Amino acid sequence: MRTSSGPRMATSAILLATGLVACGGQTSGSIVDKAASEKKLVIGIKYDQPGLGVKKPDGTVEGLDVDIAKYVAKELGVAEKDITWVETRSANREPFIQQGQVDLVFASYSITVDRKKKVTFGGPYYVAHQDILVRAGDTSITGVEDLAGKTLCSVSGSVSAKRITDEQHVKAKVQEVGGWAECVTRLLGGQVDAVSSDDTVLAGFAAQQPGTMRIVGKNFSDERYGVGMRLDDKKGCEAVDRAIQKMFATGAAQEMMRLRFGAANFKFDAKQPRPEGCG
Amino acid sequence: MNVLYETPGPRARLRNNVVTLLVVTAVLGAGYAIGTRLQAKGQWDSALWKPFLDVQVWTGLLLPGLLGTLTATVVSAVLALTFGVALGVGRMSARRWIRVPVGAVVEFCRAIPLLIMIFLVQAGSFALLGRSFSAFTSVVIGLTLYNGSVLAEIFRAGVRSVPRGQSEAAYAIGLRTSQVMRHVLLPQAVTAMMPAIVGQLVVLLKDTALGWIVAYEDLLNAGIRLIPATFSNLIPAAMVIAVIYIALNIGLGALAVRLDRRNPAPDPRIPGRAKALSPARIDSRGYAIGPVT
Amino acid sequence: MGTDTLIDHFGVILVSFWGTVRLAVTAGLWSAALGLVVALMRVSPVPALRAAGTLYVTVLRNTPLTLVLLFCGLGLGATLDVHFSRDDLSMDNFWLAIVGLSCYTSAFVCEALRAGVNTVPRGEIEAARSIGLTFTQTARLVVLPQALRAVIAPLGSIVIALTKNTTVVYVVGYLEASRQMKLLFDEDGASVQVFAGFALGFMVLTIPAGLVFGRLARRLAVSR
Repeated sequence: MRTSSGPRMATSAILLATGLVACGGQTSGSIVDKAASEKKLVIGIKYDQPGLGVKKPDGTVEGLDVDIAKYVAKELGVAEKDITWVETRSANREPFIQQGQVDLVFASYSITVDRKKKVTFGGPYYVAHQDILVRAGDTSITGVEDLAGKTLCSVSGSVSAKRITDEQHVKAKVQEVGGWAECVTRLLGGQVDAVSSDDTVLAGFAAQQPGTMRIVGKNFSDERYGVGMRLDDKKGCEAVDRAIQKMFATGAAQEMMRLRFGAANFKFDAKQPRPEGCG
Repeated sequence: MNVLYETPGPRARLRNNVVTLLVVTAVLGAGYAIGTRLQAKGQWDSALWKPFLDVQVWTGLLLPGLLGTLTATVVSAVLALTFGVALGVGRMSARRWIRVPVGAVVEFCRAIPLLIMIFLVQAGSFALLGRSFSAFTSVVIGLTLYNGSVLAEIFRAGVRSVPRGQSEAAYAIGLRTSQVMRHVLLPQAVTAMMPAIVGQLVVLLKDTALGWIVAYEDLLNAGIRLIPATFSNLIPAAMVIAVIYIALNIGLGALAVRLDRRNPAPDPRIPGRAKALSPARIDSRGYAIGPVT
Repeated sequence: MGTDTLIDHFGVILVSFWGTVRLAVTAGLWSAALGLVVALMRVSPVPALRAAGTLYVTVLRNTPLTLVLLFCGLGLGATLDVHFSRDDLSMDNFWLAIVGLSCYTSAFVCEALRAGVNTVPRGEIEAARSIGLTFTQTARLVVLPQALRAVIAPLGSIVIALTKNTTVVYVVGYLEASRQMKLLFDEDGASVQVFAGFALGFMVLTIPAGLVFGRLARRLAVSR
């Protein structure tokens, strides 16, 4: 309190605040060049989706998204130990790519028209379908239309519930929460009757507590999981597509899916999806 | 508060014992009822609690989350204190064109809920700059604006509590306005308001938990999202992080009490000495001067 | 993004503020009642009651409100099966939120009341006791009437804080102002007009509340 007066302090506060803002540097050029020259990549994944991407207590990450990310990185010339993993949530995937905080995103990242305006997608490497998760003993829900009058859990920022209420015109009551684990806790506690999301996500949770939950198996949408990268990185997109092509041709992809989805009794689709194209 | 009642006699002692028995029974009964219902839902299963005996769960998930909470707290606290002094001094400025706008900023930031402010920072940065601020930056900016303006009022009340004679004496020996503020008023104001300032920091620490809503990786995030993703133990994890938060805040609160005690009681023989203000003081607009929730 | 956005959304914003007001008023009443009970416990002659009151205040005052409300939604609602309405999800969430907000706020009400009790001069209490009044009589006839007047101003700040805290109910999923603002921002991006609408809404709620409580406090102040 002795050395600085009010106005000077205000200036330093503003400087500090802008300093914070300036964090997260901008990089340009293709990720292929970055991988080749620096031999390092920053990859965004989910930390809270068992089976796809989850952070383990020992600091490692695991799941299908992680396996595929490691494979693609290796094809780009980056070893597993040189990958820096970053959590990307549904709401912050595009900003993270745009701001250069991550090079690639493998985070159950569905290719959509809106998103393609902001980022470029390699792949897809998997086609998931929206499905419904219910309690194992609950036989009253066998399809989307049975959700009328039932309570459906959904995560803020996800479109799953809107698809059911707005596109399928099923009058379900929607409970919005902050994360999927909350939804599962509410489902098992009996506070909601169903959780709707991609079958891959639901399978991961079902596999964690075997025998307690059931996937209805009425898929009603195609979610093509792509690899997100900076907009107009054509070279990067083509390189990622080549890696995915090779991954399916050699059978490595099928092996990863068996490893991650097998436990959930989840009938996965092991064919390579039609590439989106980098044009 | 033993002014309120007599030292208990035999009948009062008997009555007290009966009431004690009732209270203990009620508390234990409630605890038992909740416990058995949690048991029925399998929340006491050792598989759900074992992860917290694992060192890796602490080093890999909980402690990094705690670090996130503490980083946001410390950075916001430093910025909010700076910002608070600047606003507090600005609001007491002799120049109207400084005083009025600063007053408007303070009143505005105090009237808007912090969560709304954080949403605005995130969405507004995207609208203005074409990219969102990181969750950390948004949380820090929100906490700084809100707590800074509350602290500004605390500082202002502190400066006001310094008796007039002090600043008059300072002017009389030829100090300039800024020197009077710096060397005479602020040091005494800060001392007098120390309990209120630390109390506000407890509020700030608790408010970092709002960061979870905008995806900041703090202790709440580790407990509510990361740990349950591996162990499916949301309720036990929430209990564990609640205990950590309570311990942290009790620690900070104890610091406030110690600082309060160090603060000398007003000496009746020295009429010119600033005395510590209780946190429950209130300003003309009905806001508390000092920490409230 | 002209002023149209605000006018277009005026209806939904108003509806969401009705949710905020309902939360604040209901939780305000419950936390006042609960706070009074806990405050009486904390000054009572029975050590066990004092200990129970202290534990309650310590736990609730030091837990982030976000976590308290998550416990209400997940712990009470999903795990302990406490439900206020089986048919109306919004009603259920509303009352779960009220439980969380009231418990949290009552801890602060209790502390304000306790501070108010301290403003009552010792001599008056001693006088009351010396003419043979019991603890309950002393509290009801001598202490509380004065203490309540002394805490009007701090209670006013608590009411304002509570009004702003209703935004944290976001985590329970009940539609109030903060959720509506987030929904609008997510739909059409941030707009200054929409934010200004919400900011104005909160100022309309909090600033008059502050003035009313400040006035009451001055009018009812115990002159000593």
